[in-house]
Amino acid sequence: MHTLSIKQLSEGLRAKKFSSRELTQHYLGRIESLDPALNSFITVTTDVALAQADAADARLAAGNAGVLTGIPLAQKDIFCTEGVRTSCASKMLDSFVAPYNATIVDKLHAPDGAGMVMLGKCNMDEFAMGSSNETSWYGPVKNPWDLERVPGGSSGGSVAAVAAGLAPAATATDTGGSIRQPAALTNLTGIKPTYGRVSRFGMIAFASSLDQAGVVARTAEDAAYVLQAMSGFDTKDSTSIERPVDDLVSGLGQSIKGLRIGLPKEYFAEGLADGVRERVMAAVEQFKALGAVVSEVSLPNSPLSVPTYYVVAPAEASSNLSRYDGVRFGHRADGVKTLEQLYKRSRGEGFGAEVQRRIMIGTYVLSHGYYDAYYLQAQKVRKLIYEDFRRAYASVDVILGPTATDIAFKLGSKTDDPVSMYLNDIYTIAANLAGIPAMSLSCGFVDGLPVGLQLMGNFFDEARLLNAAHQYQQATDWHTQRPHGYA
Amino acid sequence: MTHNTEWEAVIGLEVHCQLRTNTKIFSGASTTYGAAPNTQADAVTLGLPGVLPVLNGTALQMAIKFGLSVDAEVAERCVFARKHYFYPDLPKGYQISQYELPIVGNGHLDIELGDGSVKRIGITRAHMEEDAGKSMHEGFVGTSGIDLNRAGTPLIEIVSEPDIRTAAEAVAYLKKLHQLVVYLGICDGNMQEGSFRCDANVSVRRRGTEKFGTRTETKNVNSFRYVEKAIEYEIERQIEVIEAGGTIVQETRLFDPGTGETRSMRTKEDANDYRYFPDPDLLPVVVTQDDIARVRATMPELPEAKRNRFMEQFGLPKYDATVLTGEQALADYYEVVVKASGADPKTCSNWVTTDLLGALNKLGKDIESSPVSAEQLAGLIARIVDSTISGKIAKDVFEAMLAGEGDADAIIQAKGLVQITDESAIVKVIDEVMAANPKQLADYRGGKDKLFGFFVGQVMRVSGGKANPDAVNRLLKDKLAG
Repeated sequence: MHTLSIKQLSEGLRAKKFSSRELTQHYLGRIESLDPALNSFITVTTDVALAQADAADARLAAGNAGVLTGIPLAQKDIFCTEGVRTSCASKMLDSFVAPYNATIVDKLHAPDGAGMVMLGKCNMDEFAMGSSNETSWYGPVKNPWDLERVPGGSSGGSVAAVAAGLAPAATATDTGGSIRQPAALTNLTGIKPTYGRVSRFGMIAFASSLDQAGVVARTAEDAAYVLQAMSGFDTKDSTSIERPVDDLVSGLGQSIKGLRIGLPKEYFAEGLADGVRERVMAAVEQFKALGAVVSEVSLPNSPLSVPTYYVVAPAEASSNLSRYDGVRFGHRADGVKTLEQLYKRSRGEGFGAEVQRRIMIGTYVLSHGYYDAYYLQAQKVRKLIYEDFRRAYASVDVILGPTATDIAFKLGSKTDDPVSMYLNDIYTIAANLAGIPAMSLSCGFVDGLPVGLQLMGNFFDEARLLNAAHQYQQATDWHTQRPHGYA
Repeated sequence: MTHNTEWEAVIGLEVHCQLRTNTKIFSGASTTYGAAPNTQADAVTLGLPGVLPVLNGTALQMAIKFGLSVDAEVAERCVFARKHYFYPDLPKGYQISQYELPIVGNGHLDIELGDGSVKRIGITRAHMEEDAGKSMHEGFVGTSGIDLNRAGTPLIEIVSEPDIRTAAEAVAYLKKLHQLVVYLGICDGNMQEGSFRCDANVSVRRRGTEKFGTRTETKNVNSFRYVEKAIEYEIERQIEVIEAGGTIVQETRLFDPGTGETRSMRTKEDANDYRYFPDPDLLPVVVTQDDIARVRATMPELPEAKRNRFMEQFGLPKYDATVLTGEQALADYYEVVVKASGADPKTCSNWVTTDLLGALNKLGKDIESSPVSAEQLAGLIARIVDSTISGKIAKDVFEAMLAGEGDADAIIQAKGLVQITDESAIVKVIDEVMAANPKQLADYRGGKDKLFGFFVGQVMRVSGGKANPDAVNRLLKDKLAG
């Protein structure tokens, strides 16, 4: 059952080939036997899942089920779930149980929503800060393609779970590449929609102006189903956008003949592994064969995206994470005598090294006398990066390039070198700075490990991106490959 | 006070004014004062992970209303910014405020000084922000309590230019501002509950010099009297320090109402670096000309305009008009009395400003809780106008009305207070009085004119005060003359 697509699962449930309870139990069984080696879940919500499955079966029987009703899903542990711990993979929130659901959790799981079944809460980098899932307080996640390698981050648990067949799809979040880079490293399809397309309410903030929720799945079609259900305006999020959601699923059958694809020359320059370049260029040929028109474009300011990001994101993070002070919720240090001790020790004990590093960077760039030189300057560069895209989309529909510089790296190989770790996101960050939608899909293997291809679209062009990816996946079979031992 | 000729104070005030919205500035939690601790702290107020602020549109309209009332620029685009500091009653570790782009820009407020002259005080800006919670240290041992009910209550912080020169001017400005925000209906003005709070920036310089001295900021002075005392104390203190060869340290000071003194709370060196930056959870607020026009349409008549109208329309002296327009509710009350009684506006003013306000003052009540409604008072005055009762009897009726005995007519009826206007009845009383006082009558007729008053008094006494005074005067004169 775990090899079926979401569409097939939906049909199977309706045809009563299996019940939601059977399907759910099947996935829970796989999690139980396979996840100890992967560590992709922080919390497995067996009771919640079975209750939701029974409710879904009742809806299916009553004939008022939606297309996703009864299909299991894993949630990244950054989305607040009422009554179930939401840890953000931090010791700080090890005991935190939200009294509310994130808007997307309601949309996906509520009985009057899509009615999907929540299997559990996925591991991630602490507060989504990381590119390897090694900063989690709950330990690193292993890549199902090679247990000695990282699955990417920060949505490492989400991708490992889906790649290993422990869930048909999983929610994820992307602040600088946290959906796309791990999807690339695990042979999955992951999409980060336009900023404001999916509500941020109840999604624990890392960098508010960059954070966007999305989905990881095995195919563009699966991703389209879930993203469709997550998207839409939310009065509880001032930055969400009031605009109807395109029909992502029924938009998948279109020919891409004449689709104008731009290859940014800066994305194929120094730093890109040769094997990855070859796989991406082979994919370009495939797109040409499907009728796409390919040309070169330039995003001249893209080399500035990493330094810009590492000013903006830590600045916002240092502010967002101020609320974790040990006073009202979260970790509180024992035996403190003064208020200052309470703050210093609770935060010192509750946050891991990478989170502390970013809080310090962010505090520095916002401090008096440095604000203009760093934060304000970064905002100006951010505007230039956005302008690059605006110019490029005057002549092309989609921008195509690699998602990551290389295949998955070995656990521990970059933990002592934050800058080298930060450069992992060199191709993905710009889309967050500009607010445009972007996705990653598999385009082959190097040394038996997956390579990701990135498609970036204009604002609200999720349907166009998903259709292009779907057409590619109809013509290729990279995305059907499963890691050994998880077939 | 020899200082005052040599030194001049420079004062600027920052006023925090709680907006009178039902819900908080960024969430749906109630803002009602006095609830049990933390019962009005929802997830947004608590700053729980993942929650987001959504601006309360009513709070924005109130801020715009204030801007219009002080002739200020209302920004077409204003931005919320985060102001960071750690304190247990500040749930998120930052306060959402406005920094570089506030909603209200340059404006002004005219105050009247003791000598009757008018002085214009500049308003630099007014910005919207959320209030913090309260830390409670009393009643806790070895720990402190936090009440977050107040956290997230909408505020506007109104910053004046350093145009104020004396404590008296500061108080005049504050009173004027207080009257204004209450009039606008954007603040309940309750200073004890902290709805209207003031921080005073004070420095001194030698008279005739341009350069400002180093200033201190005295925090949270919560009554007009304390503001006056705190500023006076601070001016004297600074002059003494400088004259003794010392220098003023830029610092934040706290006023102690017990001693009437200010003391240092923290110096500039320990000041927080607030690390302001635009709040990425809130988009810039765009205010269109249409939005402004809609708010303008809801503007009430402001105190000054109302006072001028009262002087013109009702022919009232400035003093009466000022008292009557001091509060919107009082002005409304007065207008109802004039209209419903059909009496001379000045007579109505006397009743309202003297009798009613005097009585309310004694009862410790305000106009909103007056036991005598405007319609009831008008009913009483109407009975004077139509000569049903005399002005003197009316005072007794009013006392009875205050005591809750009912409307004027009912009381007049029940107590048989209807004025005697029947001249034959009055003549009968006069005859009685003359017969009972032959000596006084003889003396009067012998040239002691002063005794006229004696006879008036006797007639009124015998008639139980009900005889019409005009008729008594006229008839008595005739009868006494013989």
